[in-house]
Amino acid sequence: MKTSSDTLIQVTDLHFARSGRPIFAGIDINVRRGAITAIMGPSGTGKTTLLKLIGGQLHPAKGSILIDGENVHRLSRRRLYRLRRRMSLLFQSGALLTDISVFDNVAFPLREHTDLPESLIRDLVLTKLEAVGLRGAAKLMPAELSGGMARRVALARAIALDPEFIMYDEPFAGQDPISMGVVLELIRKLNKSLGLTSIIVSHDIKETSAIADYIYLLADGKVVEEGAPAELTASASPWSKQFMQGLPDGPVPFHYPAPSLEEDLLHVTN
Amino acid sequence: MSLIKQLSALMQHLGQGGLNFFQRLGRGHLLLLQLLTGLLPSLLRPRLIIYQIYMVGVLSLIIIIVSGLFVGMVLALQGYNTLVDFGAEESLGTVVALTLVRELGPVVAALLFAGRAGSALTAEIGLMKATEQLSAMEMMAVDPIRRVLLPRFIAGFISLPMLAVIFSAMGVLGGYFIGVGLLGVDEGAYWSQMQGKVEFGHDIVNGIIKSVAFAFVAVWIAIFEGYDAQPTSEGVSRATTRTVVHTSLAVLGLDFILTALMFGD
Amino acid sequence: MVNSRTIEVWVGIFITIAAMALFILAMRVSNLSLSGEADGFQVTASFNNISGLKVRSAVTIAGVRIGRVTAIDYDPQDFSALVTMEIEGRYDQLPSDSSASVLTAGLLGEKYIGIQPGGADENLVQGSKITLTQSAIVLEQLISQFIFSKGSAQ
Repeated sequence: MKTSSDTLIQVTDLHFARSGRPIFAGIDINVRRGAITAIMGPSGTGKTTLLKLIGGQLHPAKGSILIDGENVHRLSRRRLYRLRRRMSLLFQSGALLTDISVFDNVAFPLREHTDLPESLIRDLVLTKLEAVGLRGAAKLMPAELSGGMARRVALARAIALDPEFIMYDEPFAGQDPISMGVVLELIRKLNKSLGLTSIIVSHDIKETSAIADYIYLLADGKVVEEGAPAELTASASPWSKQFMQGLPDGPVPFHYPAPSLEEDLLHVTN
Repeated sequence: MSLIKQLSALMQHLGQGGLNFFQRLGRGHLLLLQLLTGLLPSLLRPRLIIYQIYMVGVLSLIIIIVSGLFVGMVLALQGYNTLVDFGAEESLGTVVALTLVRELGPVVAALLFAGRAGSALTAEIGLMKATEQLSAMEMMAVDPIRRVLLPRFIAGFISLPMLAVIFSAMGVLGGYFIGVGLLGVDEGAYWSQMQGKVEFGHDIVNGIIKSVAFAFVAVWIAIFEGYDAQPTSEGVSRATTRTVVHTSLAVLGLDFILTALMFGD
Repeated sequence: MVNSRTIEVWVGIFITIAAMALFILAMRVSNLSLSGEADGFQVTASFNNISGLKVRSAVTIAGVRIGRVTAIDYDPQDFSALVTMEIEGRYDQLPSDSSASVLTAGLLGEKYIGIQPGGADENLVQGSKITLTQSAIVLEQLISQFIFSKGSAQ
């Protein structure tokens, strides 16, 4: 499976540090074409950073990311932008453009990258909005949407250009149970009907295990476990036990690294 | 001992400040380079530029017209009081026009522009950055420098010289209302003295060159501060303040240099 | 959100206002002559004393401005000031024996050059030199002359 042609994204020995603090210390990840790959881990393990690295917005200190055999960080600006047209990133906040309406937001990538006539753009946009159940909200401004709706609009925008793969940044975080179910169903449907490759970054175990084909567990800048959801749940390793069952303390410490409490309390600042 | 410690802390602080300054200077010029290389493709999308001319130019029109009128009126009042002592109140038109066209028009228009349009540009771009809109555009394979920054850069660069010319013209009219209408300066003398002394190629063209230079600096600072802002609400508010302060200082300093070069014979 | 047609109309109005303002500055404030100074011609004149005349001072004839001083140089050979002036092209009917003097506007006003036309048939052309000149009247000299002449008369 390692280098066969059904691998779309291949991350090899990735190192990355932000302001001196190492975030990744050599991780390897393979994303299979047409599958839903989940990257899970506690907060602060740099899951969003990984997506930005894949999108070419950040540069690794060491290691490489190949998409369809092309090294993302060796591409010229023009080729990188061409590659980005084949991918979509669904931001946690939705990141809608606040000065234009929902309709124009979804139409934005179409207008920027194609010369389609306005009537065709209208049809496409309404189809995409219909898919996320928000055709009725086309005239609203982003400020008038709830957080869950904004993320669904962002999803409609992400699929506007029919990308090859979508990266979802915490798609379930902060959603009420109903819209959580809607998003879950959408991701599954997009994956099955359009054959989209999906990468989900999340810490919601239940939802993610329900749809993911393969899960990578990140901690301390390394991949500590990988496998199908069932394998991970059954795994005896302390990492997956702690994370999959949600135990407060374990290999992943509850505390952010700090001197001991006694030392801190007794320490008098001068 | 503690003095040495404090001194070394001070040195470290100064060194850090200096490093930050040069780093920002470098980033500012890199951004300028990126803006200039994207200039031609951006000109092919006039719609975006027209929208931004509306945002930075048209919306600044009222404040420019009103301030221009008032500044011209004040100049006429003050100038008249001084000139009348020498029996030279006929020269009022010259005084008002030369002051406006050479100095106050370009400078005050640029300062008002920094407060009205520059701060808005910084806040808008900074907020787009803070809410990940710029990042989202980048991921949609749309270059935010060309799609967001450049139309604003071009629009500001076009708008400010026009606003400065409007400011000067309104000031001359304001001076006319006060000088001729209220203080009784002869109408013919007001205009003819002005026409005798103000030279298009020298005074007016140099005034316009000044405002073009100010426009470049003001828009560059505003856009850089927005694009370089810390993506938090505090960072954006600080960037907005910096835009107004830095633009004002840069405009006044540049004005001195340009005046010395143009009128310093 | 203002619709795009309104925006275009407003930008059009803005540009029109700016064009009108520029027109006011050009025509009403500075009296820009469209014939321009491009087709002007240059003549020179030497003066013993130009005290206070500056580059860009006016050159007039019968009180009408016909050009400007473009350069002032010191001529070390005869210790005089060499003034170059640019006359607008439409005033090319000036007799070659015209004289030039440095005059003062009002008692304390600006210095300017006044030209008194002569009677020759030929006209001044590019590069001509005005030979008949009268220097600036220096107020201090005038006063001291007046005082000394009073003194010697007594």
